[in-house]
Amino acid sequence: MSALVSARPVAWSRRLVRGALVLLAVGFLALFLLLPLATVFVEAFRQGAAIYLTSIRQHESLAAIRLTLLVAAIAVPLNLVFGVMAAWAITRFDFRGKALLGAFIDLPFSVSPVISGLVYVLLFGAQGWFGPWLDAHGVRIIFAVPGLVLATIFITLPFVARELIPLMQSQGSEEEEAARVLGASGWQMFFRVTLPNIRWALLYGVLLCNARAMGEFGAVSVVSGHIRGLTTTMPLEVEMRYNEYDFAGAFAVASLLALLALMTMALKTLLEWRYGNEIAAHAPGGH
Amino acid sequence: MRRHVLPGFGISLGYALTYLGLIVLLPLAALAWKASGIGVAGLLHLLSSPRTLAALRLSFGGALLAAAVNAVIGLLVAWVLVRYRFPGRRLFDALVDLPFALPTAVAGIALTTLYAPNGWLGGWLATWSIKVAYAPLGVLLAMVFVGFPFVVRTLQPVLESLDRDVEDAAESLGARRWQTFVRVILPMLAPTLLTGFALALARAVGEYGSVIFIAGNIPMRSEIAPLLIVQKLEQFDYAGAAALGVVMLLFSFVLLVVVALLQRWSVRWTESGR
Amino acid sequence: MNLELSHLSRRFTDFAALKDVSLTVAPGEFIALLGPSGSGKTTLLRILAGLDYPDSGSVLRDGEDFLAIHTRERRVGLVFQHYALFRHLTVTENIAFGLRVRPWRSRPARAEVRERVERLLKRVQLEGLGGRYPAQLSGGQCQRVALARALAVEPDLLLLDEPFGALDAQVRVTLRRWLRELHEELKLTTLFVTHDQEEALELADRIVVMNNGRIEQVGSPEIIYQQPATPFVCEFIGKANRLTLRRDGNHFSAAEWTLPGDPWGGRHAQAVAYVRPEHLSLAVPASQPVPASQPAWTARLRHIYLAGSVAHLELHVAAFDQTLEADVASEDLARLDLQPGSLLRVAPRSAVVFPLDDHSGDAVAGDRWAWHDSERKEPGRLRSCR
Repeated sequence: MSALVSARPVAWSRRLVRGALVLLAVGFLALFLLLPLATVFVEAFRQGAAIYLTSIRQHESLAAIRLTLLVAAIAVPLNLVFGVMAAWAITRFDFRGKALLGAFIDLPFSVSPVISGLVYVLLFGAQGWFGPWLDAHGVRIIFAVPGLVLATIFITLPFVARELIPLMQSQGSEEEEAARVLGASGWQMFFRVTLPNIRWALLYGVLLCNARAMGEFGAVSVVSGHIRGLTTTMPLEVEMRYNEYDFAGAFAVASLLALLALMTMALKTLLEWRYGNEIAAHAPGGH
Repeated sequence: MRRHVLPGFGISLGYALTYLGLIVLLPLAALAWKASGIGVAGLLHLLSSPRTLAALRLSFGGALLAAAVNAVIGLLVAWVLVRYRFPGRRLFDALVDLPFALPTAVAGIALTTLYAPNGWLGGWLATWSIKVAYAPLGVLLAMVFVGFPFVVRTLQPVLESLDRDVEDAAESLGARRWQTFVRVILPMLAPTLLTGFALALARAVGEYGSVIFIAGNIPMRSEIAPLLIVQKLEQFDYAGAAALGVVMLLFSFVLLVVVALLQRWSVRWTESGR
Repeated sequence: MNLELSHLSRRFTDFAALKDVSLTVAPGEFIALLGPSGSGKTTLLRILAGLDYPDSGSVLRDGEDFLAIHTRERRVGLVFQHYALFRHLTVTENIAFGLRVRPWRSRPARAEVRERVERLLKRVQLEGLGGRYPAQLSGGQCQRVALARALAVEPDLLLLDEPFGALDAQVRVTLRRWLRELHEELKLTTLFVTHDQEEALELADRIVVMNNGRIEQVGSPEIIYQQPATPFVCEFIGKANRLTLRRDGNHFSAAEWTLPGDPWGGRHAQAVAYVRPEHLSLAVPASQPVPASQPAWTARLRHIYLAGSVAHLELHVAAFDQTLEADVASEDLARLDLQPGSLLRVAPRSAVVFPLDDHSGDAVAGDRWAWHDSERKEPGRLRSCR
């Protein structure tokens, strides 16, 4: 009887702690994440929709949008192919230096974006390894589009591979072996067995890769040279307008990027919700 | 050579190595080569400059602090999101990814506008004479922002798979709720928490985009190391920029190795720790 | 189809999976590869399937080099231990896979594929389930889909890796009988890997017992059980009591019990004898004087475990402090009025004996001595309970 009586206050205090924790966490998320996001849209429309639309329709903004799309359209497919190739080699074969290869794939994640840009300046810039030769042949990489593409590829290189490697590791190679024993050729095996098994994880990786490719700032800022209308991607356009005190314009372009981020997050959540078990690695051995 | 049953070993490995070599290794070699051009004396001179030291201190000290803050807040948020059911949970869960998804420049200007002395929060904080934007505290804030999802996202799956029986066992042995948390749950989460800490740290150390707007970039006070690299590049001091880059890289690697060792130590009771 | 495996060896980085394995498989045979995990049986199966290659040795199929044939062209049906069904394809698509990936010239027409799949679904008793996905099937159904998929390509050789390993006991028994019937019907040369001796003894025409990458013994279930060739087979197949014997002049003994003679002519100081539980003779009561000419141990009955018609007894022999297992018919148990704590006289009436190498202390498998009580010339044997 006494146990029953004393059980009640404990439950009460527990519920209190629980409520306090939830409030604390939600409050933090709202203040720390939601508020900055809201700020972007509020500031973008602070001077009205007309100014907003004008800012976006400006020649420089459109050029920045075009350039951002172009850079992503080159970098993402290249990293997609690399990701599949690397994941295939790492998860389906044994070779010496496998762990090292995995570490090198992750390397761009632990390098400052500024350094990611810097290395290409050192390679292709005026004082770089190949700078003089490129100059003599009239090829521009730094302060031009190829530099932007290279820096973006570097920054986003791990995304697809990172999604695929743990998944393919946990799936194992039995299904592919079964396809081989049943007489499938290499391409038949890849397109009929491997690809269907990794398609959602692949899409997931591409989604994250694309978001980063379009939003990258540090690395491209180093190699861009900030030539308006020619080498400024959207994030750089945001920076330039902000530094010129064109806050409405800066936030207008920023709102497009924020929209991209929101779309990415929504798709990501949708993929996780719908295909969660085909994206994340299964427990090893389980089916 | 042994025959492989599955096709494509040569081409996939060859392609991956070539790509990685051209995109990552060759440029990093250029960095090392360029940095070596500065010489030992030049490096010492660079590192003994008070401005460089202050920038490195801010970048690494700030990142460590930010990662620590993230470890605490991240644990709280992950715990609440995994353990409790409340309206809007899914939405808040999705929101955690915002710092991943939002381009850093956008985050930078948004945070600056919010925390500037004339901003929504900045104005309010100013009445308490707390200065966030254009001060070291702003750097810390931006670093916490960009590193935040790492801790939550590494902790969540582990928290979900945590064996509740162990908690019940602790309770049946007479442990109070907070004792169970401190003595049972926290030790089990420690390795994961360290991983999240390391990821947040690595991200914060190198962060540029979101920090430079809010930092104000006052030399000796709120100037971060990556910005110093950019400035050196703008002055065509390639060797100096490269040397600083190498120092940062080495610092980061040492930090990551230390964290990895800590992690190995903290998982000593699991199979992988053997 | 005749299969000839000779001197196959396969080393992985840290251990040797196969060491000089040779085996001949006759057309239509049903063969079990039996052994503990790590004995090399799965490696052998994978080599035949073309999923692994030996470091040395050869495999001939009707005289032609089997290893030179590409995995895709071996016409081998392989059923994986965990089935390896294509999770994104339906049962029908899974079964049809092998037909659909054929080069278009030899690819059967759509209608024919459909018809063949239907036939196979019927054969594996899964009619009506063709539209399901593997995740919607039970373990036993997955097993049969995997089998149907392997049979669809009309293989010359069927390989099954632990075919019943992932199933629960009841399904296992049903499927086992079904597989046996299927084999009798198709007469397809079949090799299956198992670690379950009961499965091997029940299903196979011939059993290949493997251990540590080597073949210990090949033979029919009866031969394997009744005439185990090596100490490993004695211990792995069925139950056996292991007794250490010491040479005493020109015969071997363990405490009061002696084996007449020494087939090794004094070359070995010790030997090990394996005695099946049903090959132990019991006599009661122990207090009654038994002629000294009848060598036997005194044992205390520790525990009785009734398993239907047979009772398993646990007997402790104080003379060498070892617990022996003995099987007696249940009715004998009642007749002899055996109770836990009773004293008994115990002696083997049949044993397989191997000498122990003086230096290494290992049993010498090649020098096997199958001994039966009939070899003993003395009169007045212990009364057998069976």
